[in-house]
Amino acid sequence: MYYIEMHGHMVSRTTDDYREMAMAGCVAVSEPAFWAGWDRQSADSFDDYFRQLTDFEPKRASQFFIRHVSWLCLNPKEGEDRRLTAEVLKRIPKFLDRPNVVGIGEIGMNRVTHNEVDTFIDHIRLALDYNQMILIHTPHLEDKYKGTRATIDNLVKFQNLDPNCVLIDHAEEHTVGMILEHGFYTGLTLYPNTKVSLARAVDMIEKYGPDRITISSACDWGPSVPTAVPQLMLEMRRRGHSEELIRKLVFENPLKFLMQSGKFELPRLDIHATVSHTAP
Amino acid sequence: MNKQGRCPLTTSQIIDEYFIENRTRILDVAAYLDRLLRSADSQPAGEDFRMQAFEQALHILSSTEPNKVDHIQLVFSDPTTELKAHLDTKSASGAWNPVPEVR
Repeated sequence: MYYIEMHGHMVSRTTDDYREMAMAGCVAVSEPAFWAGWDRQSADSFDDYFRQLTDFEPKRASQFFIRHVSWLCLNPKEGEDRRLTAEVLKRIPKFLDRPNVVGIGEIGMNRVTHNEVDTFIDHIRLALDYNQMILIHTPHLEDKYKGTRATIDNLVKFQNLDPNCVLIDHAEEHTVGMILEHGFYTGLTLYPNTKVSLARAVDMIEKYGPDRITISSACDWGPSVPTAVPQLMLEMRRRGHSEELIRKLVFENPLKFLMQSGKFELPRLDIHATVSHTAP
Repeated sequence: MNKQGRCPLTTSQIIDEYFIENRTRILDVAAYLDRLLRSADSQPAGEDFRMQAFEQALHILSSTEPNKVDHIQLVFSDPTTELKAHLDTKSASGAWNPVPEVR
Protein backbone atom coordinates (compact mmCIF):
# COMPACT_ATOMS: atom_id res chain seq x y z
CA MET A 1 0.00 0.00 0.00
CA TYR A 2 1.23 3.50 -0.81
CA TYR A 3 1.63 5.89 2.11
CA ILE A 4 2.72 9.47 2.82
CA GLU A 5 5.08 10.17 5.72
CA MET A 6 3.52 13.38 7.06
CA HIS A 7 6.35 14.31 9.42
CA GLY A 8 9.90 13.11 8.89
CA HIS A 9 13.10 15.00 9.69
CA MET A 10 15.00 13.42 6.84
CA VAL A 11 18.04 15.70 7.12
CA SER A 12 18.86 13.55 10.16
CA ARG A 13 18.34 10.23 8.37
CA THR A 14 20.47 8.24 5.98
CA THR A 15 19.90 7.58 2.31
CA ASP A 16 19.36 3.94 3.29
CA ASP A 17 16.34 5.10 5.31
CA TYR A 18 14.82 6.65 2.18
CA ARG A 19 15.30 3.33 0.40
CA GLU A 20 13.70 1.34 3.22
CA MET A 21 10.76 3.75 3.31
CA ALA A 22 10.31 3.51 -0.47
CA MET A 23 10.38 -0.27 -0.29
CA ALA A 24 7.67 -0.12 2.40
CA GLY A 25 5.39 1.96 0.12
CA CYS A 26 6.35 5.55 0.92
CA VAL A 27 5.67 7.87 -2.03
CA ALA A 28 6.05 11.25 -0.31
CA VAL A 29 7.67 12.79 2.76
CA SER A 30 6.63 16.03 4.42
CA GLU A 31 9.56 17.52 6.35
CA PRO A 32 9.03 20.38 8.82
CA ALA A 33 11.91 22.57 9.91
CA PHE A 34 12.94 21.70 13.44
CA TRP A 35 15.57 21.86 16.18
CA ALA A 36 19.05 20.59 15.40
CA GLY A 37 19.53 19.39 18.99
CA TRP A 38 21.47 22.55 19.79
CA ASP A 39 20.62 26.23 19.44
CA ARG A 40 21.87 27.88 16.27
CA GLN A 41 23.89 31.04 16.74
CA SER A 42 22.71 33.11 13.81
CA ALA A 43 20.12 33.46 11.07
CA ASP A 44 22.81 32.47 8.56
CA SER A 45 22.58 28.93 9.90
CA PHE A 46 18.89 28.91 9.03
CA ASP A 47 19.64 30.09 5.50
CA ASP A 48 21.81 27.03 5.00
CA TYR A 49 19.23 24.77 6.64
CA PHE A 50 16.44 26.10 4.42
CA ARG A 51 18.62 25.51 1.35
CA GLN A 52 19.14 21.93 2.49
CA LEU A 53 15.38 21.45 2.95
CA THR A 54 14.46 22.97 -0.39
CA ASP A 55 17.29 21.80 -2.63
CA PHE A 56 19.36 18.87 -1.38
CA GLU A 57 16.65 16.79 0.35
CA PRO A 58 14.19 16.78 -2.58
CA LYS A 59 17.00 15.50 -4.82
CA ARG A 60 17.97 12.79 -2.34
CA ALA A 61 14.36 11.63 -1.95
CA SER A 62 13.73 11.62 -5.70
CA GLN A 63 16.34 8.88 -6.17
CA PHE A 64 13.77 6.57 -4.59
CA PHE A 65 10.70 8.04 -6.34
CA ILE A 66 9.69 9.81 -3.15
CA ARG A 67 8.26 13.31 -3.41
CA HIS A 68 9.80 15.56 -0.74
CA VAL A 69 8.01 18.68 0.54
CA SER A 70 9.10 20.97 3.35
CA TRP A 71 7.80 23.50 5.87
CA LEU A 72 9.91 26.44 7.02
CA CYS A 73 10.17 28.28 10.33
CA LEU A 74 12.22 28.87 13.44
CA ASN A 75 11.22 25.89 15.56
CA PRO A 76 9.61 26.01 19.04
CA LYS A 77 12.76 24.93 20.88
CA GLU A 78 14.45 28.15 19.74
CA GLY A 79 11.33 30.30 19.95
CA GLU A 80 12.36 31.89 23.24
CA ASP A 81 15.01 33.90 21.37
CA ARG A 82 13.01 36.84 20.03
CA ARG A 83 15.99 38.52 18.40
CA LEU A 84 16.89 35.42 16.40
CA THR A 85 13.21 34.92 15.56
CA ALA A 86 12.98 38.39 14.03
CA GLU A 87 16.05 37.77 11.88
CA VAL A 88 14.94 34.34 10.69
CA LEU A 89 11.42 35.52 9.87
CA LYS A 90 12.88 38.09 7.49
CA ARG A 91 14.70 35.33 5.59
CA ILE A 92 11.84 32.86 5.16
CA PRO A 93 9.84 34.66 2.42
CA LYS A 94 12.57 34.30 -0.19
CA PHE A 95 12.25 30.50 0.11
CA LEU A 96 8.46 30.30 -0.07
CA ASP A 97 8.40 30.18 -3.86
CA ARG A 98 10.61 27.08 -3.94
CA PRO A 99 8.70 24.23 -5.60
CA ASN A 100 8.71 21.91 -2.58
CA VAL A 101 7.72 24.43 0.11
CA VAL A 102 4.14 23.81 1.23
CA GLY A 103 3.89 26.06 4.28
CA ILE A 104 5.13 27.36 7.62
CA GLY A 105 6.08 24.80 10.25
CA GLU A 106 6.60 23.16 12.58
CA ILE A 107 5.82 26.16 14.73
CA GLY A 108 4.37 26.16 18.23
CA MET A 109 5.49 26.08 21.83
CA ASN A 110 7.99 24.13 23.89
CA ARG A 111 7.57 25.15 27.57
CA VAL A 112 4.68 27.55 26.87
CA THR A 113 6.39 30.84 27.70
CA HIS A 114 5.39 34.39 26.78
CA ASN A 115 8.19 34.62 24.22
CA GLU A 116 7.28 31.27 22.65
CA VAL A 117 3.69 32.40 22.21
CA ASP A 118 4.83 35.69 20.65
CA THR A 119 7.09 33.76 18.25
CA PHE A 120 4.20 31.43 17.40
CA ILE A 121 1.93 34.38 16.61
CA ASP A 122 4.62 36.00 14.44
CA HIS A 123 4.76 32.82 12.37
CA ILE A 124 0.98 32.68 11.99
CA ARG A 125 0.99 36.26 10.72
CA LEU A 126 3.74 35.38 8.27
CA ALA A 127 1.74 32.38 7.03
CA LEU A 128 -1.37 34.49 6.55
CA ASP A 129 0.55 37.30 4.84
CA TYR A 130 1.97 34.84 2.31
CA ASN A 131 -1.10 32.57 2.04
CA GLN A 132 0.73 29.57 3.44
CA MET A 133 -0.55 26.44 5.16
CA ILE A 134 0.56 25.80 8.76
CA LEU A 135 2.01 22.78 10.55
CA ILE A 136 2.07 23.04 14.34
CA HIS A 137 4.14 21.15 16.90
CA THR A 138 2.58 20.61 20.32
CA PRO A 139 4.80 20.37 23.41
CA HIS A 140 5.87 17.08 24.94
CA LEU A 141 4.82 15.21 28.06
CA GLU A 142 3.51 17.37 30.91
CA ASP A 143 3.44 20.46 28.67
CA LYS A 144 1.27 18.98 25.93
CA TYR A 145 -2.15 19.66 27.44
CA LYS A 146 -1.39 23.25 28.40
CA GLY A 147 0.47 23.91 25.16
CA THR A 148 -2.27 22.49 22.95
CA ARG A 149 -4.89 24.60 24.72
CA ALA A 150 -2.71 27.71 24.32
CA THR A 151 -2.17 26.87 20.65
CA ILE A 152 -5.89 26.60 19.92
CA ASP A 153 -6.73 29.69 22.02
CA ASN A 154 -4.34 31.73 19.87
CA LEU A 155 -5.35 30.22 16.54
CA VAL A 156 -9.05 30.98 17.00
CA LYS A 157 -8.22 34.67 17.39
CA PHE A 158 -7.34 34.76 13.69
CA GLN A 159 -10.72 34.92 12.00
CA ASN A 160 -9.21 34.69 8.52
CA LEU A 161 -7.46 31.39 9.33
CA ASP A 162 -8.97 28.32 7.66
CA PRO A 163 -8.68 25.40 10.12
CA ASN A 164 -8.62 22.98 7.18
CA CYS A 165 -5.23 24.41 6.24
CA VAL A 166 -3.75 23.90 9.71
CA LEU A 167 -2.42 20.61 11.10
CA ILE A 168 -1.85 20.45 14.87
CA ASP A 169 0.58 17.60 15.32
CA HIS A 170 1.66 15.16 18.04
CA ALA A 171 -1.87 14.73 19.43
CA GLU A 172 -2.46 12.30 22.27
CA GLU A 173 -5.50 11.03 24.13
CA HIS A 174 -6.02 14.21 26.15
CA THR A 175 -5.60 16.61 23.21
CA VAL A 176 -6.89 14.93 20.05
CA GLY A 177 -10.55 15.72 20.86
CA MET A 178 -10.03 19.45 21.33
CA ILE A 179 -8.05 19.71 18.09
CA LEU A 180 -10.66 17.93 15.98
CA GLU A 181 -13.55 19.78 17.62
CA HIS A 182 -12.08 23.06 16.36
CA GLY A 183 -11.91 21.79 12.78
CA PHE A 184 -8.14 21.41 12.46
CA TYR A 185 -6.28 18.47 10.98
CA THR A 186 -4.22 16.53 13.48
CA GLY A 187 -1.36 14.06 13.52
CA LEU A 188 -0.64 10.99 15.62
CA THR A 189 3.10 10.55 16.01
CA LEU A 190 4.51 7.04 16.36
CA TYR A 191 7.60 7.86 18.38
CA PRO A 192 9.16 5.80 21.17
CA ASN A 193 8.57 6.83 24.80
CA THR A 194 7.60 10.48 24.44
CA LYS A 195 4.69 10.24 22.00
CA VAL A 196 2.25 7.52 20.87
CA SER A 197 2.61 3.75 20.52
CA LEU A 198 1.10 1.80 17.64
CA ALA A 199 -1.66 0.33 19.81
CA ARG A 200 -2.61 3.67 21.37
CA ALA A 201 -2.71 5.35 17.96
CA VAL A 202 -5.17 2.74 16.70
CA ASP A 203 -7.23 3.12 19.90
CA MET A 204 -7.58 6.85 19.19
CA ILE A 205 -8.56 6.19 15.58
CA GLU A 206 -11.24 3.78 16.80
CA LYS A 207 -12.55 6.33 19.31
CA TYR A 208 -12.51 9.45 17.15
CA GLY A 209 -12.88 8.08 13.61
CA PRO A 210 -10.43 8.66 10.74
CA ASP A 211 -11.46 12.11 9.49
CA ARG A 212 -8.71 14.76 9.53
CA ILE A 213 -6.28 12.39 11.27
CA THR A 214 -2.84 11.77 9.78
CA ILE A 215 -0.06 9.43 10.91
CA SER A 216 3.68 10.00 11.03
CA SER A 217 6.91 8.67 12.48
CA ALA A 218 8.49 12.08 13.19
CA CYS A 219 11.76 10.25 12.64
CA ASP A 220 14.71 12.49 13.49
CA TRP A 221 18.14 12.37 15.14
CA GLY A 222 16.73 10.68 18.26
CA PRO A 223 15.69 7.05 18.68
CA SER A 224 12.89 6.80 16.11
CA VAL A 225 11.61 4.50 13.38
CA PRO A 226 11.33 5.82 9.79
CA THR A 227 9.04 2.93 8.84
CA ALA A 228 6.66 3.39 11.78
CA VAL A 229 3.72 4.21 9.48
CA PRO A 230 3.81 0.79 7.76
CA GLN A 231 4.03 -0.71 11.24
CA LEU A 232 0.77 1.04 12.08
CA MET A 233 -0.81 -0.53 8.99
CA LEU A 234 0.10 -3.94 10.39
CA GLU A 235 -1.33 -3.02 13.79
CA MET A 236 -4.62 -2.03 12.14
CA ARG A 237 -4.73 -5.29 10.16
CA ARG A 238 -4.06 -7.15 13.40
CA ARG A 239 -7.34 -5.75 14.71
CA GLY A 240 -9.26 -6.49 11.53
CA HIS A 241 -9.59 -2.96 10.19
CA SER A 242 -10.28 -2.62 6.47
CA GLU A 243 -7.70 -1.76 3.84
CA GLU A 244 -9.93 1.16 2.85
CA LEU A 245 -9.72 2.64 6.36
CA ILE A 246 -5.97 2.14 6.52
CA ARG A 247 -5.47 3.80 3.13
CA LYS A 248 -7.57 6.77 4.20
CA LEU A 249 -5.34 7.37 7.19
CA VAL A 250 -1.91 6.83 5.69
CA PHE A 251 -2.50 8.12 2.17
CA GLU A 252 -5.75 9.88 1.42
CA ASN A 253 -5.93 12.17 4.46
CA PRO A 254 -2.36 13.50 4.11
CA LEU A 255 -2.82 13.76 0.35
CA LYS A 256 -5.98 15.81 0.72
CA PHE A 257 -4.34 18.08 3.28
CA LEU A 258 -1.15 18.65 1.28
CA MET A 259 -2.97 19.18 -2.03
CA GLN A 260 -4.44 22.37 -0.55
CA SER A 261 -0.99 23.94 -0.86
CA GLY A 262 -1.36 23.92 -4.64
CA LYS A 263 2.23 22.68 -4.87
CA PHE A 264 1.98 19.04 -3.88
CA GLU A 265 2.37 16.38 -6.53
CA LEU A 266 2.93 12.67 -6.22
CA PRO A 267 6.04 11.30 -7.92
CA ARG A 268 4.10 9.21 -10.44
CA LEU A 269 0.77 10.10 -12.03
CA ASP A 270 -0.56 6.55 -11.81
CA ILE A 271 -0.48 6.77 -8.00
CA HIS A 272 -3.27 9.35 -8.18
CA ALA A 273 -5.50 6.66 -9.68
CA THR A 274 -5.39 4.75 -6.38
CA VAL A 275 -7.03 7.59 -4.47
CA SER A 276 -10.50 6.61 -3.32
CA HIS A 277 -13.36 8.92 -4.21
CA THR A 278 -14.73 8.40 -0.71
CA ALA A 279 -12.18 10.71 0.90
CA PRO A 280 -14.06 13.59 2.60
CA MET B 1 -16.70 14.57 19.85
CA ASN B 2 -17.75 10.93 19.57
CA LYS B 3 -15.62 8.65 21.71
CA GLN B 4 -17.85 5.63 21.46
CA GLY B 5 -15.97 3.87 18.69
CA ARG B 6 -15.32 0.25 19.50
CA CYS B 7 -12.37 -2.01 18.83
CA PRO B 8 -13.41 -4.55 16.18
CA LEU B 9 -12.01 -7.43 18.24
CA THR B 10 -14.02 -9.32 20.85
CA THR B 11 -12.90 -9.31 24.48
CA SER B 12 -11.44 -12.75 24.12
CA GLN B 13 -9.65 -11.79 20.90
CA ILE B 14 -8.17 -8.68 22.57
CA ILE B 15 -6.87 -10.81 25.42
CA ASP B 16 -5.46 -13.38 23.00
CA GLU B 17 -3.70 -10.68 20.95
CA TYR B 18 -2.50 -8.30 23.66
CA PHE B 19 -2.20 -10.21 26.95
CA ILE B 20 1.43 -11.30 26.69
CA GLU B 21 2.84 -7.89 25.73
CA ASN B 22 0.88 -6.18 28.52
CA ARG B 23 1.92 -8.83 31.03
CA THR B 24 5.48 -7.90 30.10
CA ARG B 25 4.75 -4.20 30.67
CA ILE B 26 3.31 -4.86 34.14
CA LEU B 27 6.40 -6.86 35.07
CA ASP B 28 8.58 -3.97 33.85
CA VAL B 29 6.67 -1.54 36.09
CA ALA B 30 6.98 -3.91 39.04
CA ALA B 31 10.69 -4.31 38.44
CA TYR B 32 11.09 -0.52 38.23
CA LEU B 33 9.37 -0.07 41.60
CA ASP B 34 11.50 -2.85 43.13
CA ARG B 35 14.65 -1.23 41.71
CA LEU B 36 13.77 2.02 43.45
CA LEU B 37 13.60 0.11 46.75
CA ARG B 38 17.06 -1.30 46.04
CA SER B 39 18.60 2.10 45.25
CA ALA B 40 22.17 2.77 46.31
CA ASP B 41 21.16 5.55 48.72
CA SER B 42 17.82 4.10 49.90
CA GLN B 43 16.16 7.50 49.51
CA PRO B 44 12.36 7.22 49.36
CA ALA B 45 11.18 7.73 45.76
CA GLY B 46 7.84 9.11 46.90
CA GLU B 47 9.39 12.50 47.60
CA ASP B 48 9.96 13.02 43.87
CA PHE B 49 7.08 14.83 42.13
CA ARG B 50 7.33 12.45 39.19
CA MET B 51 6.83 9.42 41.40
CA GLN B 52 3.93 11.11 43.18
CA ALA B 53 2.21 11.38 39.80
CA PHE B 54 3.22 7.81 39.02
CA GLU B 55 1.50 6.66 42.22
CA GLN B 56 -1.71 8.42 41.21
CA ALA B 57 -1.51 6.77 37.79
CA LEU B 58 -1.23 3.34 39.41
CA HIS B 59 -4.41 4.00 41.38
CA ILE B 60 -6.24 4.86 38.15
CA LEU B 61 -4.92 1.68 36.53
CA SER B 62 -6.47 -0.47 39.23
CA SER B 63 -9.88 1.25 39.05
CA THR B 64 -12.82 -0.03 37.01
CA GLU B 65 -13.51 3.34 35.38
CA PRO B 66 -13.25 3.78 31.56
CA ASN B 67 -10.91 6.18 29.77
CA LYS B 68 -7.99 5.36 32.04
CA VAL B 69 -5.42 6.62 29.56
CA ASP B 70 -7.11 10.04 29.31
CA HIS B 71 -7.17 10.37 33.10
CA ILE B 72 -3.56 9.30 33.50
CA GLN B 73 -2.49 11.76 30.79
CA LEU B 74 -4.09 14.53 32.85
CA VAL B 75 -2.42 13.33 36.06
CA PHE B 76 0.96 13.90 34.40
CA SER B 77 -0.08 17.21 32.79
CA ASP B 78 0.43 20.82 33.80
CA PRO B 79 -3.17 21.93 34.57
CA THR B 80 -2.37 25.66 34.69
CA THR B 81 -3.09 28.20 31.97
CA GLU B 82 -0.62 30.96 32.89
CA LEU B 83 2.28 31.34 30.49
CA LYS B 84 5.77 30.89 31.93
CA ALA B 85 7.64 34.18 32.28
CA HIS B 86 10.86 32.67 30.91
CA LEU B 87 12.17 29.40 29.57
CA ASP B 88 13.11 27.32 32.62
CA THR B 89 14.49 24.25 30.88
CA LYS B 90 14.67 23.00 27.32
CA SER B 91 13.07 19.62 27.94
CA ALA B 92 9.98 18.36 29.76
CA SER B 93 10.40 15.90 32.64
CA GLY B 94 7.32 13.73 32.14
CA ALA B 95 5.23 15.00 35.06
CA TRP B 96 4.13 18.41 36.18
CA ASN B 97 6.01 19.80 39.19
CA PRO B 98 3.58 21.99 41.16
CA VAL B 99 6.20 23.41 43.51
CA PRO B 100 7.75 26.10 41.27
CA GLU B 101 4.26 27.17 40.22
CA VAL B 102 2.93 27.94 43.72
CA ARG B 103 5.82 29.75 45.35
